[in-house]
Amino acid sequence: MKRQFITAAAVAVAIAAAFPAAAADKLKIGFISTLSGPSAALGIDIRDGFNLAIKLNGGKLGGLPVDLLVGDDQFKPEVAKQLAEKYVRLDKVDLLTGMVFSNIMLAAVPEAFNAKVPYISPNAAPSPLAGKQCNPWFFVTSWPNDAYHEAAGKNASDKGYKNTYLIAPNYQAGKDSLAGFKRFYKGKIADEVYTKLGQLDYSAELAQIRAAKPDALYIFLPGGMGINFIKQFVGAGLSKDIQLMTPGFGSDQDVIRPVGDAMLGLFDTAHWALDLDTPVNRKFVAEFEKEYKRLPAMFAAQAFDAALMIDTAVKALKGKVEDKEALRKALKSAKFDSTHGPFKLNTNQYPIQNYYLRVVGKDAQGRLVNKTLATVFKDHGDAYVQDCPMK
Amino acid sequence: MSLILILEQSLNGLQFGLMLFLLAAGLTLVFGIMDMINLAHGSLYMVGAFLAATLVQATGSFTLGVLLSIPATAAVGMLLEVSVLRTLYARDHLSQVLATFALILIINELVRMIWGSDMPLSAPGALAGPVQLLPGMPYSAYRLLIIGVGLAVAVLLYFVVTKTRIGMLVRAGASNREMAMAMGVDIKRLFTLVFGFGAALCAIAGAMLGPILAVQVGMGENILILAFVVIVIGGIGSIRGALVGAILVGMVDTLGRAFIPQILREFLTPAFAGAIGPALASILIYLIMAGVLFWRPQGLFPARG
Repeated sequence: MKRQFITAAAVAVAIAAAFPAAAADKLKIGFISTLSGPSAALGIDIRDGFNLAIKLNGGKLGGLPVDLLVGDDQFKPEVAKQLAEKYVRLDKVDLLTGMVFSNIMLAAVPEAFNAKVPYISPNAAPSPLAGKQCNPWFFVTSWPNDAYHEAAGKNASDKGYKNTYLIAPNYQAGKDSLAGFKRFYKGKIADEVYTKLGQLDYSAELAQIRAAKPDALYIFLPGGMGINFIKQFVGAGLSKDIQLMTPGFGSDQDVIRPVGDAMLGLFDTAHWALDLDTPVNRKFVAEFEKEYKRLPAMFAAQAFDAALMIDTAVKALKGKVEDKEALRKALKSAKFDSTHGPFKLNTNQYPIQNYYLRVVGKDAQGRLVNKTLATVFKDHGDAYVQDCPMK
Repeated sequence: MSLILILEQSLNGLQFGLMLFLLAAGLTLVFGIMDMINLAHGSLYMVGAFLAATLVQATGSFTLGVLLSIPATAAVGMLLEVSVLRTLYARDHLSQVLATFALILIINELVRMIWGSDMPLSAPGALAGPVQLLPGMPYSAYRLLIIGVGLAVAVLLYFVVTKTRIGMLVRAGASNREMAMAMGVDIKRLFTLVFGFGAALCAIAGAMLGPILAVQVGMGENILILAFVVIVIGGIGSIRGALVGAILVGMVDTLGRAFIPQILREFLTPAFAGAIGPALASILIYLIMAGVLFWRPQGLFPARG
């Protein structure tokens, strides 16, 4: 029995070796994302947004049928690295995409860079890869790490807030975010507080905020931390006197759903919104809701754009994706209409785009959504691009 | 640093401590009586919160929904005990840790399949805002309710454990399990009962905290660590220890976060105080735990004589 199996396996291998896959009859994409655990909502949004673009294209990108290999990084850098290794070396994918978190992505992308496989980032866009360590194989369809915070700081200045209180978790991204806010904020800082990562109860901080009497409050508290904070902030009755502001991902659909009405009137800054009036976005939002029976968050829009970028580049190559250098150049020069309008890359291959002020309100059907109020930045890049040697 | 601020922060600490007590009470009983390390205790807290959110939505009444979630979670807990955990009592602690850790992962994904990754749960409208406790001191009405419920449950628990027959059996089991068995206590039934009771306390904590914390998959893991700190400080198996430990942890954690950065700023440079303050505040409770382990390894109120 066992011998028979081995023989069969040997035959299968021989056949596979004798007939190598015909060149570029399909587009192989490795998709790694966080699809389980507490942060899975983000990864699932990215996966669904990416899949939607493929589906609307009739199962193809750039004219080639897509073979999408989906892997769950389980929120662990080492798992993401193993998956990247497998997709690049064993499956020989043409492109890699999907990851949510920058610490996880930074562990996995060197595998792609070394093998000259382009990585299209639908979310994580850390500052180091925008500056000195920028890489020709790294493309971003989301937004540079600091951009939302910079837009929030600019908006706070424009609105004339004189005394702003800042809160972030006590880790690198938290400190970077408040630095980004301060880069464009001209007023006084009431206080700058760093809390424990994963803190549950913010009653102590809220009492300090009440005593400090700021006119605005900016929080960078991703995921569950932000949900807890906003609920408690409103419960403490602070929302009447203090304007709460968050970066866009801190108050998108994935946060609005569990918090509910307490979100009303909250300001945030982002490069995308549900009601952003572009042809691509109208179609994207309608089709997403039809397909998945929920409203997309920004993560889905970013993944949709990543798929559009691949579609445009592969189309320009007429499907000849084996030439890696040509594929890279095609991605770099890809011109397409994204969910937030015409897409434009900086020399470091991070996007140059508008950032908007949004407010949480009710739509025509009475659902809580982000509504676009004003443009904060027009064609905004990032502060690190001058350190990037790429032209 | 005004008096009102100190008073407000003390109330915050009390509220946080009482909720930790509800979690730690169940955990310490299971650990003390059955000698079982149950990491999945936090999962019951999560299930309680999700059940409460669902039932509040279904009944349209916050009170009714929360009250119904308590027996429902107790039933889930007892089912878990009878089907899986019972077989683990005879195993060593390592097997228990591994198996109940697996349960955390399984229950997380099950909850995601049934409910999705999060549920909305808001405080009832009348309690959503603040009330004026003292002139110049508004306080969240809902947090006052939590303090009230926490105190009521603590009194009830004290009464059950010290004054009733079940409570006597529980104390007997905690101080000497073999002897209790030898005296003819139906330990199997007692274990299931205690486990269901612990799950019910989890449900109260989950349902009461739901409106101020996120009801989402994985919410039990963070708080479980604090519950373990509480029972190590209080003494394993002791309800009184759990109460004192929980309020101590709640107070120290809250007051530490509120005032340590300020105090440090008085006599350190702002940059240095800003760097060291949050770090010191967040490890304070672990320093206390290390101190207790060093000077009183059985905890402040050991259950076993």
